[in-house]
Amino acid sequence: MKNIENKDVYKIKKGLDIRIVGKAEKRFLGSYVNSPYVGIYPDDLVDFTPKMLLKEGDSVKIGSPIFFDKDRPLIKICSPVSGKIKEIRRGAKRKIETIVIENDFQNTHSEVRELKSEERETIINFLLETGLFAFIKQRPYNIIADYDKRPKAIFISAFDSAPLAPDVNYILEGTELYIQAAIDLLKKLTDVKIYVGLKFGEDSIFKKIKNIEIKYFEGPHPAGNVGIQIHHVDPINKGEIIWTIRPEDLVVIGKYLIDKKFDLRRKIALTGSQLTKKGYIETILGAQLSSIIELGDLVSDNNRFISGNVLTGRNVGYNGFLGFYDRMITVIPEGNYYEFFGWLKPGLKKYSPSKMFFSWLCKKKEYILDTNYHGSPRPFVVTGEYEKVLPMDIYPQQLLKAAITKNIPLMENLGIYEVVEEDLALCEYVCTSKIEVQQIIREALNMLRKENS
Amino acid sequence: MKWLRNYIDKIKPTFEEGGKLWFLKSTFEAFETFLFTPNKTTQRGAHIRDYVDLKRTMFIVIIALIPSLLFGMFNVGYQYYKAQGISASYLQMFYFGFLKVLPIIIVTYITGLGIEFFFAQIRKHEVNEGFLVTGLLIPLIMPVNVPLWIVAVATAFAVIFGKEVYGGTGMNVFNPALLARAFVFFAYPKVISGDFPWIYNLQNIKVVDGFSGATPLANAAAHQIEKIPDNLTLFIGLIPGSIGETSKIAILLGAFILLFTGVASWRTMISVFVGGIFMSLILNLIGINPYMTISPLTQILMGGFMFGAVFMATDPVTSAQTNTGKYIYGFLIGVLAILIRVLNPAYPEGMMLAILFMNAFAPLIDYYIIQNNIRKRLARTKNATL
Repeated sequence: MKNIENKDVYKIKKGLDIRIVGKAEKRFLGSYVNSPYVGIYPDDLVDFTPKMLLKEGDSVKIGSPIFFDKDRPLIKICSPVSGKIKEIRRGAKRKIETIVIENDFQNTHSEVRELKSEERETIINFLLETGLFAFIKQRPYNIIADYDKRPKAIFISAFDSAPLAPDVNYILEGTELYIQAAIDLLKKLTDVKIYVGLKFGEDSIFKKIKNIEIKYFEGPHPAGNVGIQIHHVDPINKGEIIWTIRPEDLVVIGKYLIDKKFDLRRKIALTGSQLTKKGYIETILGAQLSSIIELGDLVSDNNRFISGNVLTGRNVGYNGFLGFYDRMITVIPEGNYYEFFGWLKPGLKKYSPSKMFFSWLCKKKEYILDTNYHGSPRPFVVTGEYEKVLPMDIYPQQLLKAAITKNIPLMENLGIYEVVEEDLALCEYVCTSKIEVQQIIREALNMLRKENS
Repeated sequence: MKWLRNYIDKIKPTFEEGGKLWFLKSTFEAFETFLFTPNKTTQRGAHIRDYVDLKRTMFIVIIALIPSLLFGMFNVGYQYYKAQGISASYLQMFYFGFLKVLPIIIVTYITGLGIEFFFAQIRKHEVNEGFLVTGLLIPLIMPVNVPLWIVAVATAFAVIFGKEVYGGTGMNVFNPALLARAFVFFAYPKVISGDFPWIYNLQNIKVVDGFSGATPLANAAAHQIEKIPDNLTLFIGLIPGSIGETSKIAILLGAFILLFTGVASWRTMISVFVGGIFMSLILNLIGINPYMTISPLTQILMGGFMFGAVFMATDPVTSAQTNTGKYIYGFLIGVLAILIRVLNPAYPEGMMLAILFMNAFAPLIDYYIIQNNIRKRLARTKNATL
């Protein structure tokens, strides 16, 4: 560690590592999981209105475009597998909720595009046409990046601090070549600084990568959130844009460049207290959970199946699919039970970051946590609890109130562009009044995006 | 408890929309959630939530108030027998106080909760837990001699005009419990000033020679410094005063519970003490009348200063909400409490007025703290675009 300069190390003091049972062990549970069905949730793509290019029954190849964004038609989402469109599930107002593809296991690829020159326009078009651009995201809003605007920097968080999150280094083993190729491409495309956030004291594949600037972060969750890292290194001002991309998605871009393949296979973690066996598996983006979960061996029925982590993930159900940007599946017990005088009990087994339950007496390290609200919604009463878990120079409660009252100038002044909902997910977890913090922030961001467009 | 759960599930439809007792839905819900934590699961956002809810938080405050309550009951009996020179056992003293204090508590809760349930019902809200604490705070800051109808009127005033007109729990500007006391203080001044209110039925009992029933604050206001009990007596609290404010040991126990569990803000609490000591020291330096010469320690041990600092100033709704704001808010409460009490003998209990006054200014303090954050952000944006 002797080569690290102090100015590159950020000590995050606020935050919280929730002591929940179910971390994945560093081992692979079986070989590659071939999912018979693959699904994509357009909602994962954030404020994205899908327009279908294909109908139910149409056949697809790996990498052939399935749908695009209504507002930005050049952004296309391409198929992870070959087969046919099995179903387009719609919800209220005919909104497309899930697109299910039946996998024919033939792995036929669509035509591979070559990157013909290294000019900006060419690279952008290459990324758009191959569907790779969907992996480049932007702050503010956390949407797929605007291809006609240049960011002021690119940020990559190379560790995940969320509850039960997998070890990103473990997932990335052996991918340096691909990552370097993707980094080089992004550098050519934008010519801005590419920052990579590493966990202080941990080794990482990124230490061998060139053309990047490494920053180290120390402290509890959400230190691994790219939004927190941006805030500390180069905060977003109104009108500025920062691109973010996950290391796994760099690998996808790199594989296309080097192996000439649109390859969405990935390693993910299978976690949560409801699984007997917890570990890593290799599968594909959009894989159906039912084909994966068996490897983990469910402890009992009545479970919540989450694609992502317990704070920000999506409740997909047993037959749901691995989310577009998710690197883990979590299975925890549902909390649909009544508890007699639940608020009155000493609570020896009730983990709480506060000391309002006597669980602080126990030396137990980790707890099984379920999906019960443990209370009902109330107006804001308690103050100061959000501030303890948000390592940003932002007043979370005031920002939320501005968002609830749709006060745009105040939201802007209080730093709405610096956050996305995942950064305030812990506020939602600790909230005494059970306020839906993430939803409020997301709705505010969507509204702002509309107003600013 | 399965039979109870089954019974609740059976009668529940009667209270749903369209049911016969729909107009009592909030009331039913309040009792149901009181008995059983709901089975509701997270539908969006974070899948797991902390076990802490408002019920738990308020319950912790109640627990923290219990030592003051019990000691208060005991002290009511102790003072009563002491005034008459009758010897009585500790149990007798406690029992006497218990019988005198309990009606005040019952009247407060019935009045306050009745109004709360009514408002929840017409707003179609759930009943909030806030009043559980307010309803215990009000008796603790009343003199034992207060007529029960005044307690009811003051409680009704505090709940309706201090809280519900603003929109209910979480929306109020002033601390409802203190508002109730202020109401009594201004509307029925005789009930809460002078030497009579503090000892049960003092007007009508035969008092032993030398017993006055004056509180330390009254002694101080009358510049009879020599009559103020020594610090240890003030600390233990077997002195006349409002029911819950006299024992500093009990209050410190409550403070410990509130701070350890993290329910109350240590920033506010400590700042109040710092402010009080600071102001006392300044007055010591000026020292032009006997009241000004009282030591800082005696000042914070007298009257409701500690009770206010621990249980009133830390009310999260009416205090400053930003962490920096809490230091300023608390400090100014301490300063003002001592200032009012020393310089304006008409208001011996400066703490009540200081907190209510700062309740009004808390939003302004927060405003400036937040403006500072905004200014920083705007300056950064400006630099970035240059």
